Amino acid sequence: MMTRVAALTQRELAATFLSPVAYIVAAVFLVASGYLFMSNTLIEGGEASMRFMLESMAWLLVFAIPMLTMRVLADEYATGTIESLMTAPVTDVEVVIGKFLGVLIFYVALLLTTVVHVVLLFKYGAEDLGIVMYGYLGMVLLGAMYVSVGLFASSLTRYQLVAALIGMGILAIFTVLVNGLASWKGGQWRVVLGYVNVFHHFKDFSRGILDTGSIVFFLSTTLFFLFLAVKVMESKRWR
Amino acid sequence: MIRVQNLTKMYGSRAAVHSISFHIQKGEIVGFLGPNGAGKTTTMRVLTCYMPATSGSASIAGHDVFTESMAVRRVIGYLPENTPLDLHMRTREYLNFRGKIRGLDRASRQAAIARVAEQCWLGDFIDRPIQQLSKGMRQRVGLADALLHDPQVLILDEPTVGLDPTQIRETRNLVRELAKRHTVLLSSHILPEIEATCQRIIIIAAGKIVASGSPDELKRRIREGSRLIVEVAGPSDAVAKAIRGIGGVSKVDCHSDTGCNRLTIETAKDGDPREKIYQTVKEKNWSMRELRLEQGSLEEFFVRITAEQSRVAREEVHA
Repeated sequence: MMTRVAALTQRELAATFLSPVAYIVAAVFLVASGYLFMSNTLIEGGEASMRFMLESMAWLLVFAIPMLTMRVLADEYATGTIESLMTAPVTDVEVVIGKFLGVLIFYVALLLTTVVHVVLLFKYGAEDLGIVMYGYLGMVLLGAMYVSVGLFASSLTRYQLVAALIGMGILAIFTVLVNGLASWKGGQWRVVLGYVNVFHHFKDFSRGILDTGSIVFFLSTTLFFLFLAVKVMESKRWR
Repeated sequence: MIRVQNLTKMYGSRAAVHSISFHIQKGEIVGFLGPNGAGKTTTMRVLTCYMPATSGSASIAGHDVFTESMAVRRVIGYLPENTPLDLHMRTREYLNFRGKIRGLDRASRQAAIARVAEQCWLGDFIDRPIQQLSKGMRQRVGLADALLHDPQVLILDEPTVGLDPTQIRETRNLVRELAKRHTVLLSSHILPEIEATCQRIIIIAAGKIVASGSPDELKRRIREGSRLIVEVAGPSDAVAKAIRGIGGVSKVDCHSDTGCNRLTIETAKDGDPREKIYQTVKEKNWSMRELRLEQGSLEEFFVRITAEQSRVAREEVHA
């Protein structure tokens, strides 16, 4: 199982690094993170934390990650490579995990490039590395969840564009929509909507609070969407 | 080695394969012949565990394709239609990846790649990106992949489609060579293809098996349907009447054109009335231009029975 997943992860990572879309996403990610950091944190009187940049990035990733994941399964269906893959001795679960890890590693590599901002931050005054680490842990968990949603979206269709849009749509529900609904409805609904609000959970991390509830939220939604992707792959076989 | 029992696959309400059964012995090389859309690919996809059957069962090397899918996948090598490959990889990289997911360790992967590179003449393009390869080269990469783990059973869906004549001949030889150590099931919609390589032919049309047997057996069946072509100059009614009267003649079709009659004669099962026809014509003092036995080819047989099946299927739909 492990060697097969490793082989699939490696293949996915290679495919990501060779696709032009990944470079466009990476470029936008780097420009945006640099700009956000410079214009809000690296100024006189700016707050010496990564909070603002990371929280803004969490927003941007709603659009960026579905662009990275749109290819993973949709393209296999479109080109027919799914047939040679699924007639080799690999299970649907192995394929989904392999692809998930492949994109996640690319995302983490992208995230690591922002460490340069952390270095700048500490040069100009910040002292608490713990908070920054929590922030990055949050970014990894959030990224994992986004990737699993994107992967699920990609399992639904053979058209990459459709996969990207579905992914963005689902992520928008977990972010923008619940935010909007909560401020509109208020009351008890606020509490319920807060449970599924990604940003609500992410703020814990970016502010240096380690809340097990938030960790559970990210991990369980990630597993849930990976599970759905496996089920979609299974159901496609019967059609 | 391969056992298929009453296999049916429905797409919605349409049956792509309708209750077919066949057995393939170990070491046999069997051709699956049928027009496009006959159900060849569907049957192969069920056999390779890509999709489950609607009803019926199939097993390969004693493993059921539905309940023991992983065991089946381990013993088969499959070349899907149109040879889908990971275009972003180089050939060696791709084969290495395929070896890994089949659980070959590093040493056996290297040995296997060297072996298939030789078998499939990958030669100089093993280190080129698959994206740059021509259709024929890709076909060989796909074949190399199917052979990588030295499978007991090879299932090849249209292995020679898109190849040039030299490559077709090379592939044929390769398949024949492979049949010495593997059980092979290959499909084609081109008859000479299968006639040249296979010991047994299964003809499938509109989702049903319409004929099966060795090329010789099928040819024998065809001979029963052979026709005589006769061209005689003379009064057409009299000619047709006289020839109909000859023993062994079962049906006569007569076309007359400028005093000459071209007759197409179907004969009874055994018996060759050619001498009698000649005698009759001579007695009547007509002149004969041609008299020959037109032996049906496998090709014609194939066209006839598949057309027949499609007609039946259409009528079923309308009924």
